Amino acid sequence: MDLRDLYQDIIVDHNRSPRNFRLIDPADYEAQGYNPLCGDKLGVYLNLRDGHIDDLAFQGSGCAISVASASLMTEAVKGLSESETRKLYEQVHDMLTGADTDVDPMDLGKLAALAGVREYPSRVKCASLCWHTLIAALDKQSDAVTTE
Amino acid sequence: MSNSSDSPILSSDSEAWAENIRREFPILDQEVRGKPLVFLDSAASSQRPRSVIDAVTWYEEHDHANVHRGVHTLSQRATDAFEGAREKVRGFINAESTSEIIFVRGTTEGINLVASSFGQKFIGEGDEIIISHMEHHANIVPWQMLCERNKAVLRVIPMDERGELDYQAYLDLLGPRTKIVALNHVSNALGTINPVKQYVAAAREKGIPILLDGAQAVPHMPVDVRDLDCDFYVFSSHKMYGPTGVGVLYGRKSLLEQLPPYQGGGDMILAVTFEKTLYNELPYRLEAGTPNISGVVGLGAAVDFLQRVGIDNAERREQELLAYATSALENIPGLRMIGTASHKAGVMSFVMERAHPHDIGTILDTEGVAVRTGHHCAMPVMDFFKVPATARASLGIYNTRLDIDKLVEALQRVREVLG
Repeated sequence: MDLRDLYQDIIVDHNRSPRNFRLIDPADYEAQGYNPLCGDKLGVYLNLRDGHIDDLAFQGSGCAISVASASLMTEAVKGLSESETRKLYEQVHDMLTGADTDVDPMDLGKLAALAGVREYPSRVKCASLCWHTLIAALDKQSDAVTTE
Repeated sequence: MSNSSDSPILSSDSEAWAENIRREFPILDQEVRGKPLVFLDSAASSQRPRSVIDAVTWYEEHDHANVHRGVHTLSQRATDAFEGAREKVRGFINAESTSEIIFVRGTTEGINLVASSFGQKFIGEGDEIIISHMEHHANIVPWQMLCERNKAVLRVIPMDERGELDYQAYLDLLGPRTKIVALNHVSNALGTINPVKQYVAAAREKGIPILLDGAQAVPHMPVDVRDLDCDFYVFSSHKMYGPTGVGVLYGRKSLLEQLPPYQGGGDMILAVTFEKTLYNELPYRLEAGTPNISGVVGLGAAVDFLQRVGIDNAERREQELLAYATSALENIPGLRMIGTASHKAGVMSFVMERAHPHDIGTILDTEGVAVRTGHHCAMPVMDFFKVPATARASLGIYNTRLDIDKLVEALQRVREVLG
């Protein structure tokens, strides 16, 4: 497997210039995610309007995979309904873990750029942390999410 | 000490010396992701030479039975191999007696044993335990647990920006309530070689026992526990070219004799009735249950290996390679070394601008280069330097200049990939 399958241009770009990298204060929903293995920390903030995600942002520090994944997530999820968001979460999760499903990464748009992490089991958590944190925010979970 | 081999190696020969040693390690002869393996993670766990692998295999195929008390031939052979290894370890660290050599699962268990048994007997409410800011979690958490149990207080020797401890602050911390000092000999996260002899002398002068965590020292420099004059010295087999799952707690006999047993069970008793148990003598009193016999046999073979190549030769060679590697890494733009003490072992922790350590680790892996990334079980060290993690390249006896050159080359690739 080539390194460029993991660090595609789009990943490198979103790592260097993450989109929606800011705080929403106050936010209707927010949660903190933490990966104790590598020290990655991020906060996910969002506002709903008429049942759809009106604004979504994140802040934190982490590796290129985790920052790019969060940045791509904010773009992909904005405008979706809560149930559409949860469905997309399931699909992304399956793509990242290489689960045996009928999800075609090509249907996931830019998020497909993250499909390469399945070849690097130690890095799957980097890409999935933001998604777990997003779901925790929607669930109004008060404890920080951890990957362990 | 009988650690030196006959002739010291010359600097110009040291590369050839290391290349010869490298050939004794079968695992190093392989490709990873299509590239020749460059193994720079020996501080986490070192590899095993053929002689260690063969000793363990021979034991498993010919000599295995349970140790002690058996009257049959295999049990006698297993006991001889096991106790023979104890004598080898005693000689290697120059302990006075084999009764001072306790086999444990590793450094972590050794420290837990002391924290538990010594703590139970000698540490009470308001008493103080001194550790340092650069300890591995294994030399922090057991003491914290003890403090919580016995309402004792943990005191921490501060360090500076180079990763050197503040000796004067240590002297000020040594007080009337100090019951034990626990300090690493070499820092696993920074590479600092602490001047432990000085620290031991200051504690002993006040009658305070001191434990040294030698996990990162024993594979890389001569260690003489009588010369150090420490009370406890703990290390792991798997960082000194032996198998995992076995380690050594050295303890001064007069102190070990006062420790209550750590675990109860077989082997640590002389007689058991339901009313009372009579405990065995040292070292068995502190070794309950069937030990890791094949692991201990492998550790004995690792000691033989280090005696044969010469631990002082290894030290000299690794210092040379460390100097070469340090200057090569420091020439990389945007790279910052974490840990720049004046006396260091072969550990290079670093961070790079605009590259998270985990990305560095993954990219290096695709070039066949194995380094560790993360907090190295030393989160307080990461907090001190205000980094979430570092990448760490660490040296073993088998590393060559070519390994360092490939590391540097692979680090250029990090810049290319991450932009």
